[in-house]
Amino acid sequence: MKLDGKTPKGPLDDKWTNYRSKMDLVAPNNKRRLDVIVVGTGLAGASAASTLGELGYNVKCFTFHDSPRRAHSIAAQGGINAAKNYQNDGDSVYRLFYDTIKGGDYRSRESNVHRLAEVSRNIIDQAAAQGVPFAREYGGLLANRSFGGVQVSRTFYARGQTGQQLLLGAYQSLSRQISLGSVKMYNRHEMLDVVKIDGKARGIIARNLLTGELERHAAHCVVLATGGYGNVFYLSTNAMGSNVTAAWRAVKRGAYMANPCYTQIHPTCIPVSGDYQSKLTLMSESLRNDGRVWVPKNKEDVMAIREGRKTGNDIPEGDRDYYLERRYPAFGNLVPRDVASRAAKVACDEGHGVNSTGLAVYLDFSDAIQRYGKSEANTMGNHSPDAATIKRLGTAVIEAKYGNLFEMYEKITGENPYIFPMKIYPAVHYTMGGLWVDYNLETNVPGLFALGEANFSDHGANRLGASALMQGLADGYFVLPYTIGTFLCNEIRTPKIDPNAPEFEEAETSTRARLEKILSIKGNQTVESFHRRLGKIMWEYCGMSRNAEGLKKGRQMIRDLKAEFHKDVFVPGTQTEFNPELEKALRVADFIELGENMMVDALDRNESCGGHFREEYTEEGEAQRNDEDYTYVSAWEWDDDQPILHKEELIFENVELKTRSYK
Amino acid sequence: MDLILKVWRQKNNKDNGRFENYKVKANEHMSFLEMMDVLNEDLLAKKEEPIAFEHDCREGICGSCNMVIDGRPHGPNNGTTTCQLHMRFFKDGDTITVEPWRVKAFPVIKDLVVDRSAFDRIIQSGGYISVNTGQAQDANAIPIEKDLAGQAFDAATCIGCGACAAACPNASAMLFTSAKINHLGLLPQGEVEHSKRVQAMVTQMDEEGFGMCSNTGACEVDCPKEISISNIALMNRSYVGSVFGSDKGS
Amino acid sequence: MRWLINFLSSSLGQKIIMSLTGLFLISFLTVHLLGNLSLLSDDGGYTFNTYAYFMTHNPLIKATSYGLYFFIVLHAIQGLVIALKNRMARGANRYAVKAKGNASFSSKNMALLGTLVLAFLFIHMGDFWLRMKLDWLPTVVYEGYAEPIADLYGRVAMQFQNPLIVIAYVIGQIVLGLHLWHGFQSAFQSLGLNHPKYTPFIKGLGKAYSILVPAGFAIIPIVHFLFK
Repeated sequence: MKLDGKTPKGPLDDKWTNYRSKMDLVAPNNKRRLDVIVVGTGLAGASAASTLGELGYNVKCFTFHDSPRRAHSIAAQGGINAAKNYQNDGDSVYRLFYDTIKGGDYRSRESNVHRLAEVSRNIIDQAAAQGVPFAREYGGLLANRSFGGVQVSRTFYARGQTGQQLLLGAYQSLSRQISLGSVKMYNRHEMLDVVKIDGKARGIIARNLLTGELERHAAHCVVLATGGYGNVFYLSTNAMGSNVTAAWRAVKRGAYMANPCYTQIHPTCIPVSGDYQSKLTLMSESLRNDGRVWVPKNKEDVMAIREGRKTGNDIPEGDRDYYLERRYPAFGNLVPRDVASRAAKVACDEGHGVNSTGLAVYLDFSDAIQRYGKSEANTMGNHSPDAATIKRLGTAVIEAKYGNLFEMYEKITGENPYIFPMKIYPAVHYTMGGLWVDYNLETNVPGLFALGEANFSDHGANRLGASALMQGLADGYFVLPYTIGTFLCNEIRTPKIDPNAPEFEEAETSTRARLEKILSIKGNQTVESFHRRLGKIMWEYCGMSRNAEGLKKGRQMIRDLKAEFHKDVFVPGTQTEFNPELEKALRVADFIELGENMMVDALDRNESCGGHFREEYTEEGEAQRNDEDYTYVSAWEWDDDQPILHKEELIFENVELKTRSYK
Repeated sequence: MDLILKVWRQKNNKDNGRFENYKVKANEHMSFLEMMDVLNEDLLAKKEEPIAFEHDCREGICGSCNMVIDGRPHGPNNGTTTCQLHMRFFKDGDTITVEPWRVKAFPVIKDLVVDRSAFDRIIQSGGYISVNTGQAQDANAIPIEKDLAGQAFDAATCIGCGACAAACPNASAMLFTSAKINHLGLLPQGEVEHSKRVQAMVTQMDEEGFGMCSNTGACEVDCPKEISISNIALMNRSYVGSVFGSDKGS
Repeated sequence: MRWLINFLSSSLGQKIIMSLTGLFLISFLTVHLLGNLSLLSDDGGYTFNTYAYFMTHNPLIKATSYGLYFFIVLHAIQGLVIALKNRMARGANRYAVKAKGNASFSSKNMALLGTLVLAFLFIHMGDFWLRMKLDWLPTVVYEGYAEPIADLYGRVAMQFQNPLIVIAYVIGQIVLGLHLWHGFQSAFQSLGLNHPKYTPFIKGLGKAYSILVPAGFAIIPIVHFLFK
């Protein structure tokens, strides 16, 4: 089947304006008769549910959390991009569009990305009106900072908690609609199946996590805003509960999974410190503005550090390898995320890693402390400051800029980063892949929509910093509320969907059977142990760099793991009670299948692009794209034996495909 | 390190609940929740039911985790959530008591898991600015003093974990409620419906059955985001103003 | 009127009743102490007895004193209601381990301290005020006064010869001091009078007040016991 992205015709600048001006609308009196289910309450889900509620639809909104406010969007630190050009530094919608396409290594759809850049401006307006306390200048106007390699300052932020503040804004809007009765909220409900009637998504099966009861919820259409699947790697910066189940259940009902192998590995995370570790913590990208990344040149020094006989401070300047500055003199420590991550891996693979696991590099602020210290002393009129004064003044500047991050680092590692250089290592952070959607954000299943990180649409093979928040809110506030009308305008004569229809019956029965089966195994291994093993396989064979042989091996290992899981997993309790182990087991079962799909996708894509790095396809150690053969979106139809590939060709009418170079 | 954990086990809301003692081997690099993971894996290996507890982001921002550790919500360290608390702050051989939030308005669901939906209902009663999507003017149309925006942020940093009510000897939720009232009320955008919001949110807070603030200050000490008790004073002032300074209501 | 009832029955309204009545009682304590200090003068009780006569016969002060009784009762009842409601808000189970270090002793025990203050007040009023009201006290005749005056000073001087009573009064004042230690600044916080510049001053004043005023009261029985 050839996939139709439904990109409107016409010049890029006018596509969205013309499209939404001419699309069929649903009249207010008809909106009242239409039911919409929104699953997920992160930035995308909460903004969509509240906006649809404002428009007059009957919305039912679901989250597995105890409150909509807990969604993992809350943890985003750095900021949100918008082409406001408040800094008068040459930013524009086109520039944001172009940066995003280029940053995504030319693997995203032009029309979607341009629309994203257009509505980015409205998001900031909306958030400010909701009371999001963005950082401000002394004049009372909004402040910006620069982020991740782009040449303009377009990132809006609220200290290091931008995601939290934006999510609270959306949560508050959602709360308002709940109080007005236009949105009915279902907390602690996990979606376990999509129900299709005559090929259209007409509802879900949700499990009430407190009672274990399976509930049928019917609606005219279903919106999934259920986030990314980084936890397939077990260790990631995602929250413990982040999972692929809702999206994967949609896949099992015929939706296509697009580009699942595109995974973003964030270069600056706190390294793994032991086998018991449950998650990894991100240190904001902004640290690379002042920190220098290095490893010791000599293996003897490396060993001494690993054994605790030396610290980073004991290594003389000449014995340090500032490998990013050496390899990429033009961008130095500010190369994009994928490049920085791979370089750290290379340094550690060559045996230069600086902690006991051998998987860490230094992020060193001592130069910045010296530089700021001297400059501070100078402004205070002290032109020949002593070393202690420089250090004191410089440390104060670093503290003012990154204090909360340094504090967080010390809380976790117990080491003072003002004295000893920070240790960092890349970790899984974001998944660019997701459910395939067209220009309307509708999957190949009619009436099933996907928003935010759950879809694949805007970031191509690599996401730029501060763009995830932008996309989630763009989809929820300003895109879906229009495009959902293209489906619903044909449904105004459809009566309320009957939850007693045989399709609901079937979905509930099969879900119940699935739960019973997993509970009845009563094996000897915990869910957690399977998840950990899955993560190891994924990281080893489908992580920062991949090769055909490893991917084939990894796929087989996952298939074996799947068989073992369904034979030997132990899940206590019953399905009719609050049972967190059962929830976890269902999620891990879905992760295992997704993992196989990722291997298949990575094996199919014989090129290196963005977050997908195939060792066979390099040029002088750098990623080598193959535009000739792979300028397409891989959308996978699931099949237990061999997933089926559907391609959507990517057509670039406005930008020229170039090799990304940071040297 | 070898520890003895005295953990509250309660099958469901109808069960009376009791403490159970567990031995657990931890190491000092673990977070408190990772230590709990180890304990749960031990229990599962013995085919026993693991301890239910809430957790999600494990980086101190989602507000899910909620344990009272040796009498203090989120444990002995100030400005720290349970998930950010590391075992290096405990000693080999320690006995650690772990209890759920004990607040009537947060009924226990199971073991250490409580129902905090009362907080959602307080927000739903008025903790928002009534602006529909698309109605907003340009974000820079209203300048806001930098310090004022900072003050609003300090209140907005609340993660809704409920530690304030859990720490309060009176199980009062006034720090939570006042933080949201002030976050919005301090900003010009939120000032418009401030009076209405204060009244609605205070009324809802009372209906949920939280206790009354007696200004002990325990909430601000145990708040993982260190939100100041001065927020409660500001709420009190706004409330009095909204009752006596307005011609609404009769 | 509905709005007023709503206000007074809301949690914030009840706190404000506590703080306003508390502040009134605090101001009464100052007046009471200033008067009582005349017990230390060496005039055989003239100043004190005539002061007591004035306080019980001036119509304006008499009217105020009914307000005082009302506020004492209101403060006590409201405090009791709040304490009970707060106990209920905790739920069926209390914490097994008591928190240390997150709040001061007096702030956590206001209801207990208040009850003790009230108990002290009953003893104190039974000792002096009630006897005077019931005309149980002997009288003295002072020049310029039309009628004989109750010799309250004599009663005080006698009572404070008993070491147990002196100890009871000193303990009563310590309890009052602890109650004020939290109560003084708490009243301002409840009224919303919190300000980065002035609050430290109010807190300091509250601490000074809660030491000096009870100490002033406690000195009287001690001086009487030791020196008179």
